[in-house]
Amino acid sequence: MGKRVLAIASGGGHFIQLMRLSPAWDGHAVSIATVDPTSRALVGDAPFFTFRDVSRADWWRIPAATLDIAAILMKVRPQVIITTGALPGLIAATLARPFGCKSLWVDSIANSEVLSGSGGQAGRVCSQVVTQWPHLAADKVEHWGSVL
Amino acid sequence: MPFDRLTRAMDEWAAANPDIPVEIQIGKGDYEPRHAKWVRKLALPDYQARVAGCALFVAHCGMGSIISAIEAGKPILMLPRLQAMGEHNTDHQLATAKHVGVRPGLHVAADADDLKARASALLADTGTAPAPISRFADPAFTLRIRAFIES
Repeated sequence: MGKRVLAIASGGGHFIQLMRLSPAWDGHAVSIATVDPTSRALVGDAPFFTFRDVSRADWWRIPAATLDIAAILMKVRPQVIITTGALPGLIAATLARPFGCKSLWVDSIANSEVLSGSGGQAGRVCSQVVTQWPHLAADKVEHWGSVL
Repeated sequence: MPFDRLTRAMDEWAAANPDIPVEIQIGKGDYEPRHAKWVRKLALPDYQARVAGCALFVAHCGMGSIISAIEAGKPILMLPRLQAMGEHNTDHQLATAKHVGVRPGLHVAADADDLKARASALLADTGTAPAPISRFADPAFTLRIRAFIES
């Protein structure tokens, strides 16, 4: 049967990196959530959800994004969240944590000199944070590999 | 975020090279190309088809563009977005240029003029294309994530 997994990412590079990780949840009950409806074509048969995007630059969109993500969480009831960022993945992990859902933050490979803003926060919320750059590995930030 | 510097440079390049078809995805930019064909936003499958079908992919220095170019085995010419010009929230694209832009088949321009010069040079001789890669990350990485899911 496997675990109920929610794989969630913003658009562009975040989503493309998430798709490159798909073998990780093969055979599990995965749902995919992102911002661009046309991304559906890439996810195969998995249940697919979209939410209104938000970033720190347009923080006033946080309530709308949070509502959408909460609705997705209620439908999927994930046991595990995997996210490649950005802020919406952090919102999902935060909302699901009180319900015993564990979460993995995979910091974007675009962050090659410092962890992303949300990645820095993720340490306080997510069960595990990983960077894709060996030189950014630290106390609680592990390096498991990269999408490239 | 808009990236008018890239759109304008490639529109000017298109004007100087009328025989070469140029199509630009301009996003939320203010500058609307007058010479190149343009679109606000392509559906993701259409975007991937354009990358697979082009001779040279010109883009910002973002990981989505880079991964798409590498997956398609196409040379990519990039102009990093700069925070000081309001093109992104941080200067991480300069870091990407430094750490990822060195891979074979990836090319980074210093500014708009350099971009136009390199576009012409790369079309004359594309040199090494990026080695096509698997659709998925290294199995060692995805197996580790699988172990996290199943633990």
